[in-house]
Amino acid sequence: MKSLIDSGPATTVENPVAGIDQTKGDFTYDVAYEFDAGTGLSERTVDYISSVKKEADWIRAFRRQALQVFQSKPMPTHWATRDLENIDFDRIRYYLASGQKPKRTWDEVPEDIKRTFERLGIPEQERKFLAGVEAQFDSEAAYSNIKEIVAKQGVIFVNSTEGLREHPELFRRWFGKVIPTGDNKFSALNSAVFSGGSFIYVPPGVKVAQPLQAYFRINAENFGQFERTLIIADEGSEVTYMEGCTAPKFSTATLHSAVVELVALKGAKIQYITVQNWANNVFNLVTKRGLAHEEAEIKWIDCNIGSRLTMKYPGVVLKGRKARGEVISIALANDGQHQDTGAKMIHAADETTSNVVSKSISVGQGRATYRGQVHIPKRLRGCRNNTECDALLINTNSRTDTYPAITVRGDRNSIQHEASVSKVSEDMIFYMQQRGLTEGQAMSLAVNGFINDLARQFPMEYSVELKRLIDLEMEGSVG
Amino acid sequence: MSSLVIHDLHVSIGDKPIVKGLSLTVNSGEVHAIMGPNGTGKSTLAKVIAGHPDYTVTGGDVLLDGRSVLAQEADERARAGLFLAFQYPSEIPGVSIANFLRAAVQARLPEGEEIDATAYYKRLYAKMDLLKIDRKFTSRAVNEGFSGGEKKRCEILQMAMLEPKMAVMDETDSGLDIDALRIVSDGVNALRGPGLGVLMITHYQRLLNHIVPDFVHVMYDGRIVKSGDKSLALDLESRGYDWVKQELAALPA
Repeated sequence: MKSLIDSGPATTVENPVAGIDQTKGDFTYDVAYEFDAGTGLSERTVDYISSVKKEADWIRAFRRQALQVFQSKPMPTHWATRDLENIDFDRIRYYLASGQKPKRTWDEVPEDIKRTFERLGIPEQERKFLAGVEAQFDSEAAYSNIKEIVAKQGVIFVNSTEGLREHPELFRRWFGKVIPTGDNKFSALNSAVFSGGSFIYVPPGVKVAQPLQAYFRINAENFGQFERTLIIADEGSEVTYMEGCTAPKFSTATLHSAVVELVALKGAKIQYITVQNWANNVFNLVTKRGLAHEEAEIKWIDCNIGSRLTMKYPGVVLKGRKARGEVISIALANDGQHQDTGAKMIHAADETTSNVVSKSISVGQGRATYRGQVHIPKRLRGCRNNTECDALLINTNSRTDTYPAITVRGDRNSIQHEASVSKVSEDMIFYMQQRGLTEGQAMSLAVNGFINDLARQFPMEYSVELKRLIDLEMEGSVG
Repeated sequence: MSSLVIHDLHVSIGDKPIVKGLSLTVNSGEVHAIMGPNGTGKSTLAKVIAGHPDYTVTGGDVLLDGRSVLAQEADERARAGLFLAFQYPSEIPGVSIANFLRAAVQARLPEGEEIDATAYYKRLYAKMDLLKIDRKFTSRAVNEGFSGGEKKRCEILQMAMLEPKMAVMDETDSGLDIDALRIVSDGVNALRGPGLGVLMITHYQRLLNHIVPDFVHVMYDGRIVKSGDKSLALDLESRGYDWVKQELAALPA
């Protein structure tokens, strides 16, 4: 497997968000943490995490080795934005676990944040957690029945720490196999300091009827900066996983770097849905990849809103004959934000098919970049790829770039690529205003229309929240 | 009883005067037609009344029910009861007619009040029946891939649903074949009534055979130069616009 860092098309660009107020979206409060690795990253930090988690020797060694890889790899600024250089690794806290409840009260939460929650229709209890008033989202009671139901089917659904402790053989067999430590600088960072995330194993032939949600089991660790998720769908099984929520996350952390690995064994189906809305001071640098065996199917549905810089290219390695991979993604880049997203489809067996549909929206000074990689080697036959990327520009100073890298060798495979850039025209806005919609409402409707065919693929409650969120984003973009 | 009063209106695009002192009053229940040669400011007038941001009003006023609308944004004017049937309606990809109209109806409700979906669809279907529009029509994206006739029917359906006090119809007949023209005209005629004032802008007399106006005005060089009843339209048809130009040239400056 080629590394993400080495394979992207080269480009250097000016930092579009230089000078942005980094404290915006910050949300500080005093919390007494039981475990705190302190700021900065060294072997001590990594050992501290291993000790707190009482990890086995092999994982401690794994972390140490990952740290070395992280330190030896250069920032990928030869193809990615130079804004990455603004990450100050010495000022980041790599591990925090709270033993006590935060002291902040709901009254101390700023009014505009409360209003956002209100508009998004976030349930009361969840609002308190999201605002940092409660360290523990008290959902266990409400949702534990889902865990019980799936447990009866033999499904393992735990956090990664528990997964490592309780199911070491299963975990170790697949861990770091889809995304090796050295895949890229940030996968190495995650491998060194990961905590939180989910571990899921679905036994052969089991079809999990209800989507498993990270949202249901939120606690301080799961909501962390460096979560690690590993999902294994055994032969013929089916599972859908949903993560994130559309409410803005208010955290003091400015770096989020997750690694998500999916393994779909013969004939299995995994669908992974993400809807995230980050505060606009966050670097969101995530590596997500799935390994699809014979006749297996992996589908990523990914929606990225907010953050200062998001770099995320969900991928599928189509390892077995007739495997199928799909990435459906929506990115919205508002003022001062750069959404650098895309997809990777690595065909490694005959008759594998992949489909990529990406829609991006750039608002104001926002910048959306599509980066895609499709690889079909010469020895294969009967492979097919379809790539569509559409960009919508809201203002004249919005920016979009497309870097589709498609390598198809041999003459027994087929690909199809379509790209479009459109703009919300003044005439369209005037037309809608003439029907009584405000400029903001008109913008929202235009954007929602643009993503409509993709939004319909989201589960109902997510697509409703997505619409509300776009309404909020667009409301602030005019005036 | 509503009124749309245009009083000594002057409009420019950039430095170029387009409308040069136009006055006109439309009352509820009346249908007025403005005719005139191309480039005389007819479409500018329609857009200015609706509040298009590209035009600058340099003098005069536009009043709806006695209140000036010039300081209002296009959407405020729309919610106050002004409707413009566009000559070239915009496409809104991905937004169905039903959802678009729903948003427009919702925008007219007081803040915090949610639209009653059942009642909305009932009303929508009643209007579609009235205008003889197929049920499948409203699940299509607004104007996307529509024929000229479909675009105009879509405008008429919106007008029917939004129930304006005053409707300005800009070249509603353009791009329509004779069958489409009849269908659209039947729609407008179905909506005619004591609660609606209509200002029709057209280049050709043929529309007026289908939607018979109460008043006809001739617009030339940014002004109304002649007004009369429907017979004026027939005179124009037989004698052409040159007749009006010659009459004007004969007047003392």
